[in-house]
Amino acid sequence: MPSFLVISLAVIFLASVIAPMVVRALGDRAGWFLAAAPLAAFGLFVSQAPVIASGASLVYEVDWFSALEASFALRLDGLSLLMALLVTGIGTFIVIYTGGYMHGHPQLGRFYLYLLAFMGSMVGLVLSDNVILMFVFWEGTSITSYLLIGFNHEEKSSRWKALQALLVTGLGAMAMLAGLILIGMVTGSYRFSEINGMGDVLQASPWYTAIVLLILGGCFTKSAQVPFHFWLPNAMAGPTPVSAFLHSATMVKAGIFLMARLNPALSSVGGGGLWEYMLAIFGGLTLLLAMFLGLFQKDAKSILAYTTLGVLGILTMLLGIGTEYAIKAMVVFLIGHALYKATLFMVIGSVDHEAGTRDVTLLRGLRKVMPITALAGLLAALSMSGIPPFFGFIGKELIYKAGVGLAGPDLIFLVVAFVGNLVMMGLALKAGVGPFFGKADLAALPKKPHEAPLAMWIGPAVLAGLGLIFGLVPFWVSTHMVEPAIAAIQGSTIHSLELALWDLVKPNLPLLLSALTVAGGCLVFINRRRFWAVADGVLARIRPLGAEAVYDRLFNATIWFSKFQTIRLQTGRLHDYVFFIVATAVAFLAWALFSFWGQPVSFAWASYDPLIIGIVIIMIVAAVVAVSSRSYIKVLAALGVVGFGVALLFAYFGAPDLAITQLLVETLTVVLFMFVVLRLPPLKSISKTRTRLRDAILASVFGALITVLLIQAVNIQFKSPISEQLAAMSYPEAKGKNVVNVILVDFRALDTMGEIVVVAVAALGIAALVSSGLIKRKEASK
Amino acid sequence: MKYFILKEASRVLFPALLVLSLVVLYRGHNLPGGGFIGGLLAAIAFILVGFGNSMKRAKDLLRLNPVQIMALGLATAVLSAVPGLLFNAPFLTGEWLPGFSLPLLGKVHLGTPLVFDIGVYLVVLGFVLHSTFSLARLADIQMEEEKS
Repeated sequence: MPSFLVISLAVIFLASVIAPMVVRALGDRAGWFLAAAPLAAFGLFVSQAPVIASGASLVYEVDWFSALEASFALRLDGLSLLMALLVTGIGTFIVIYTGGYMHGHPQLGRFYLYLLAFMGSMVGLVLSDNVILMFVFWEGTSITSYLLIGFNHEEKSSRWKALQALLVTGLGAMAMLAGLILIGMVTGSYRFSEINGMGDVLQASPWYTAIVLLILGGCFTKSAQVPFHFWLPNAMAGPTPVSAFLHSATMVKAGIFLMARLNPALSSVGGGGLWEYMLAIFGGLTLLLAMFLGLFQKDAKSILAYTTLGVLGILTMLLGIGTEYAIKAMVVFLIGHALYKATLFMVIGSVDHEAGTRDVTLLRGLRKVMPITALAGLLAALSMSGIPPFFGFIGKELIYKAGVGLAGPDLIFLVVAFVGNLVMMGLALKAGVGPFFGKADLAALPKKPHEAPLAMWIGPAVLAGLGLIFGLVPFWVSTHMVEPAIAAIQGSTIHSLELALWDLVKPNLPLLLSALTVAGGCLVFINRRRFWAVADGVLARIRPLGAEAVYDRLFNATIWFSKFQTIRLQTGRLHDYVFFIVATAVAFLAWALFSFWGQPVSFAWASYDPLIIGIVIIMIVAAVVAVSSRSYIKVLAALGVVGFGVALLFAYFGAPDLAITQLLVETLTVVLFMFVVLRLPPLKSISKTRTRLRDAILASVFGALITVLLIQAVNIQFKSPISEQLAAMSYPEAKGKNVVNVILVDFRALDTMGEIVVVAVAALGIAALVSSGLIKRKEASK
Repeated sequence: MKYFILKEASRVLFPALLVLSLVVLYRGHNLPGGGFIGGLLAAIAFILVGFGNSMKRAKDLLRLNPVQIMALGLATAVLSAVPGLLFNAPFLTGEWLPGFSLPLLGKVHLGTPLVFDIGVYLVVLGFVLHSTFSLARLADIQMEEEKS
């Protein structure tokens, strides 16, 4: 029953579309109703988990653009199941939470629309088997996350940050698309399931380096790796439910997901290739930088944002290390992180909602007034710190197991992981524990806090609880989520692994490292005020050197260039526009003519009737009169002569349809022109003689070029003209003897349809112009 | 500023031009003509009334708003594309009824291309009249202002 894949996707998108109506009907309670959609999808995925765990994968396919190799192919394997469960499971709670957090917000319906569309895109992304389809969903997450981050669009900084996220991830996606197409060209397949079996073909190809770099361009921007990390902390401009979702299960995990998805294809057999080192080095750098910057943050949300950055760094680094333990650690860490990060963001959101601030220097001792939220925060922070028996402990322990397996210079990654984990624990305590313990100083807070409503604590409580339960009894998660995912990432078959706590708690080096991490983390937490004391100075010093400063400079330079060329080219004077257009056309025509240089230009005067030559002479005279006259009536009459001349030529050469149309259009033009001609100011010559001379030369060159090209075009015949074929097909195929009409309404009917749509749109443009003219006039008369 | 001859002529020519436009529309498949030319001719019929009598009279004769006529035309054109799909052929494939004979018209072939052409006819008619009425409205208002 693989169609359930489409159903799970469709349910979420459907919920997205009806969300505004549901909100109108149910108000704040809409969240409970809308959460049914991701929950249903979650249920469907859970029901398939045993199938996936047995090593099978589910496929659903509908043909889409087969000519472009894009098919609507969905495939559920271990990795996509893991991601889909996270997205829909956490998504369910986020939707519920939103109802409480955005309580009474006038645009709640719109928010749900965006949020569910974002969720749907993410589910589609992880389920796609076709590369192009995956890219479509990938861009879907970029666009919807832009709308979500910039949801408070009245604030300028919000819009700026949303745009930053969109530009960084969007530009990366362009690079990635190029990389994906290269993969398709090299392997001849646009399916992940086939590409992953052709790793040797890819690595033997001369394009391998380019592919790796381009794909990583997309993944690093999406997953905020150094040097593209800066958009992620800025993305906190969105409402808290967005941050919770974006950081824990979606968006930033998309980059990690794609790296994991393509890992079997791009990682080299023995390890230690370009792919591995790129991931490990950039991941490590991201981790270190994020932890360093995170130390100085005072806003609880931005502390969490930097820890997300750090986790993304760890995950990337682990994928790069690529050993059995490293992949294991990565998958476990991914699940653990999703659970505690969603919890912590929601907890901080509740605190912000109830106490009116997120400043951790002010927040203290809230556990008495917000006991459930405090408990959820504590559990999540402990899981994040990697304290047994939480799930986070298993992840961290596996990281150290992977680390001690390294040798030689690679051991540096163990050191990086150790430092990263140590600081991360300090930050976890800072954001998740600090606000709830210590002596309360409620008077310093902007609002009098009390416990958050049910909708706002149920999600954090359940997710934090799961972090503990998974740690104690990891068997279901292990066999249904972790093992199949590892198999998919490594491109191997499923085999079982021991995740139980008692297997890990043995006196060995990793456990010692864990203990040291805990001690160091507590030390960081205790000394947190020392970092805050110097925070503003340090951050101000670093800022101009950072990647964001480079982004700003590039952005401003682009704006400057665009303004510069707009001022130059878009002068607002019709005269200049015509000049630029004609000059460009002349340049291209001259180039076209040049490429056929040497072709004899023969013109058979004798083959033309004196009648035609006479008409043409009359038209030329009329054209000269039209250009040189100063009276509208004369210009109009002269242009009419040219138009009717063309109609006569059509008639002469046996194109009655064109001739009739030309005549009617000429007539109508004159009629329509008469409405305005008497109201226009008299024609005046305001340009200088030099300008006029320049224009005259350009116009003559243009005319001459067109003439020569037309003569050439008559002589050069590449293929037999299509007109003969159409004329031959006209009656037998389309039952019409008038070829022109048959082309318009049958052979090229789609073109005609496009044209009449353009005509209708032009009419709307006229309506807008006229009504704006009327409004202006009314205002002037007042 | 009404001219007697123009007014009387428009009265006679209006129905004649409309019928002519329909004839041109119908015969377009085999002889010069078609929806585009037909639409222009029909628009000219209305414009003639507009000049000879008044734009208001032309609008009354039209009954529908030009924008509605354009919408109708687009809908007709799209509708003509659907039968092709029903016969499992690509969008816009021409489908024909069996030919039959009628007095006066002779052998008649009716098919979706004719329906499509009617759509074109309506869009062109609506477009030209929409532009004319809009410009006339602007010009009228200016004239009033100049008077006052």
